[in-house]
Amino acid sequence: MHETDAAILTEANRVMEICNACRYCEGYCAVFPAMTLHRSFAEADLNHLANLCHNCKACYYACQYAPPHPFGVNVPQAFALLRDETYRRYAWPAPLARLFERNGTVVSLVTALVVTAVLLLTAGLTAPGTLVHAAVGARAFYRVIPWAVMAGVATLALGYAVLAMTIGAVRYWRQCGSAQVTTAAILRGVHDAFTLRNLGGGGQGCNDKDESFSTTRRLLHHAMAYGFLACFAATCTAAFAADILGWPAPYPWFSLPVILGTLGGLGLLVGTSGLFGLKLVTDPTPLARRLLGGDIALLVLLWLTAASGMLALGWRQTSAMPLLLAIHLGPQESPHFP
Amino acid sequence: MPDDLQPGVLDQITWDVAVVGGGNAALCAAITAREAGAHVVLLEASPRSFRGGNSRHTRNLRAMHDRPDGVLVEAYGEDEYWDDLLRVTGGQTDEHMARMTIRASAGAPAWMAARGVAFQPSLSGTLSLGRTNAFFLGGGKALVNAYFATAERLGVQILYDTEVTAVALNAGLVRELTLVSRGFPVTLRARAVVVASGGFQANTSWMRESWGEAADNFIIRGTPFAKGTVLRDLLAQDVAQVGDPTQCHAVAIDARAPKYDGGIVTRLDCVPFSIVVDCHGQRFYDEGEDVWPKRYAIWGRLVAQRPDQIAYAIIDAKADPLFMPSVFPAIRAGTIRELAEKLGLDPATLEATVAGFNAAVVPGSFDGARLDGCQTEGLEPPKTHWARTIDTPPFSGYPLRPGITFTYLGVKVSEQAQVLMNDGRPVANLWASGEIMAGNILGRGYLAGFGMTIGTVFGRIAGEQAARYARN
Ligand SMILES: Cc1cc2nc3c(=O)[nH]c(=O)nc-3n(C[C@H](O)[C@H](O)[C@H](O)COP(=O)(O)OP(=O)(O)OC[C@H]3O[C@@H](n4cnc5c(N)ncnc54)[C@H](O)[C@@H]3O)c2cc1C
Ligand code: SF4
Ligand code: SF4
Repeated sequence: MHETDAAILTEANRVMEICNACRYCEGYCAVFPAMTLHRSFAEADLNHLANLCHNCKACYYACQYAPPHPFGVNVPQAFALLRDETYRRYAWPAPLARLFERNGTVVSLVTALVVTAVLLLTAGLTAPGTLVHAAVGARAFYRVIPWAVMAGVATLALGYAVLAMTIGAVRYWRQCGSAQVTTAAILRGVHDAFTLRNLGGGGQGCNDKDESFSTTRRLLHHAMAYGFLACFAATCTAAFAADILGWPAPYPWFSLPVILGTLGGLGLLVGTSGLFGLKLVTDPTPLARRLLGGDIALLVLLWLTAASGMLALGWRQTSAMPLLLAIHLGPQESPHFP
Repeated sequence: MPDDLQPGVLDQITWDVAVVGGGNAALCAAITAREAGAHVVLLEASPRSFRGGNSRHTRNLRAMHDRPDGVLVEAYGEDEYWDDLLRVTGGQTDEHMARMTIRASAGAPAWMAARGVAFQPSLSGTLSLGRTNAFFLGGGKALVNAYFATAERLGVQILYDTEVTAVALNAGLVRELTLVSRGFPVTLRARAVVVASGGFQANTSWMRESWGEAADNFIIRGTPFAKGTVLRDLLAQDVAQVGDPTQCHAVAIDARAPKYDGGIVTRLDCVPFSIVVDCHGQRFYDEGEDVWPKRYAIWGRLVAQRPDQIAYAIIDAKADPLFMPSVFPAIRAGTIRELAEKLGLDPATLEATVAGFNAAVVPGSFDGARLDGCQTEGLEPPKTHWARTIDTPPFSGYPLRPGITFTYLGVKVSEQAQVLMNDGRPVANLWASGEIMAGNILGRGYLAGFGMTIGTVFGRIAGEQAARYARN
């Protein structure tokens, strides 16, 4: 553990000790009821509490010890920094995890490289001129990027993502020392995660940009997350249609993959644009500034994927399709961080 | 109305209602007056970041209810509420006014909720208050934020960094207010005025008048802006006074707390499970006299009367898990001698005090949750409950100082919150609410959550009366 890590932990511990003597924010989210189970906090406890925090900022605006009070309590900031550290610590593989330290830059760089690589690969593997010519009819997409390349890279990327996330989760789980977890608790956790219950701030919404409460961030996050899931479902149904049923893409407008993909794409576009907009207008004090780059890079990446996907769909009968498809697939193959 | 009124412009406006203060009492008055159609200006001495006075440190309000109501469980009727008040004040209250306040408290939570205040079930560690008190989601600062947002939305003009320094009274009427607004002197005219500027606990020189040098060692739990400037100015102009300047709500808090605004986290709940010694290493009061919520408020005064206004609570490892965690770490040591050194006490004396106490403890069955009768025999002063030998290291010490919550001295008001003169006649256009008049009902003692009740009930009355007067 290097010095800044220790400082981040010390600060999270200091803040939690103040909160535990106060407890006024108990009704806002899952962090505080979990906090009251302790009298002092081990490193694993703090990591766990930080990962329960959804960064809704309610407890920042409600805090009588927030800066400029000398105690300077800023729970969302302390926890954002600690969460980031846990991502780095438990993410797999470790060398890549360390890159997260400057994740904003890294993600953008990798994305750019991968997009270029896919484009080059496409150009190299296909007949000269494909990239700028209209491709229509059955198997049109695969003339741009051969099926084997598309499916192969996609499977690799998916496999890699599943493996990395599972290993990360297992490592995190181990350090928490959570032995006696009940099914009910897991179901409740899953329910809370899918409904973003804790982004409800005890019923009135969150502090999306300042002291006032709203549910904008929650709704945008829903749009983004369910949009992402819908896109994933679109990919799965398409893969099923292509590989099992043997119906090659592209699919008609009112087929399941296209409907799911369109809805998902719209959700992603609305969600990511809205969340990006919120970041621009929000009060910066409860934020962890140095994490902003990574957050924005992720939003941009998702936005690009959705936008290029939608465009490729809309212009699939035109000469722009090949280029759009290549751009659309580029970011998806880059390693998303958790 | 311009968004941000510069001091120069303020001189030229005549307001319907000027509200002095920016805590719960002021906000309730300002919102009510604005809802009644008045043009309202709210004058808050503090900068925006510290707005809300003592109110931003609160957590609940005591409300009567005849049946379960929202977060309030079971029932808490008028008579039981009144009995509780009578007991804590030892009769230093006004039954008629108190009962009126209690009855009005029944409607408070709904009124508050309609103006943005959110409630939650009682906090962990305060289960004894779940039936009588409604807790604010996020605490008093969240409440204050909600009220300021509502007031702004309604069009109340809010001025921060604006301290009222004088209220010009003449022939039973407030003529004008003198203020310093963002550094500039201003004379402000208003048809009606509500004073809700809190107590005077943060005014050390005034506290010294009653407490002498000891006042320098007091810690003020809440806002540094409660200096009583307006209160003093009114009392100097023949306004009738209630309460006595030596009365204040004072609890024993961690001596390491900041001078102001330490709020709730500096309280120490370990006293019943400890022995408390003064700077000479001697015990001076029965630490186990009664359950802690009831005894909480006598220890401030007890410590204030010790030399240098300091005391030390000493516990052993057995007592560690029995009380709410406190914000500053315990001062720990493996032996009593070493602990004494760390606390700056004479080691031999402290060892003797602990040994004397341990020898006097009568074996019994300890129960931290009730009066368990575990006591000392032949010890002066005795410890009458929760007496257990202090013998299991590590030993812990916490330094204690008096923490002043608020003062009781105030202006006398009518049931309509109108400020009264010494001859009994009301000032025609002046109303008061909150700590500045709480002494009318709460002459002594304290009932958890009653401060916010008084400010809410009288704030609403004052705002309504002031608006009606101004608009006629
Ligand atoms: C730590 C702590 C916890 C508490 N917990 C509770 C609780 O849970 N429940 C409860 O009922 N009570 C509680 N109290 C008591 C409660 O805070 C008070 O009874 C209540 O807040 C009084 O409200 P107020 O509006 O009269 O005064 P305050 O909230 O103190 O407001 C006074 C306002 O006047 C302003 N002011 C002062 N002088 C001037 C001037 N000259 N010009 C302009 N503005 C001025 C101040 O800046 C301040 O904004 C607690 C107090 C403390 C310190
Ligand atoms: S964030 Fe502030 S108000 Fe909330 S529990 Fe922590 S210390 Fe208390
Ligand atoms: S920011 Fe929101 S989610 Fe995080 S600890 Fe505070 S209240 Fe809970």
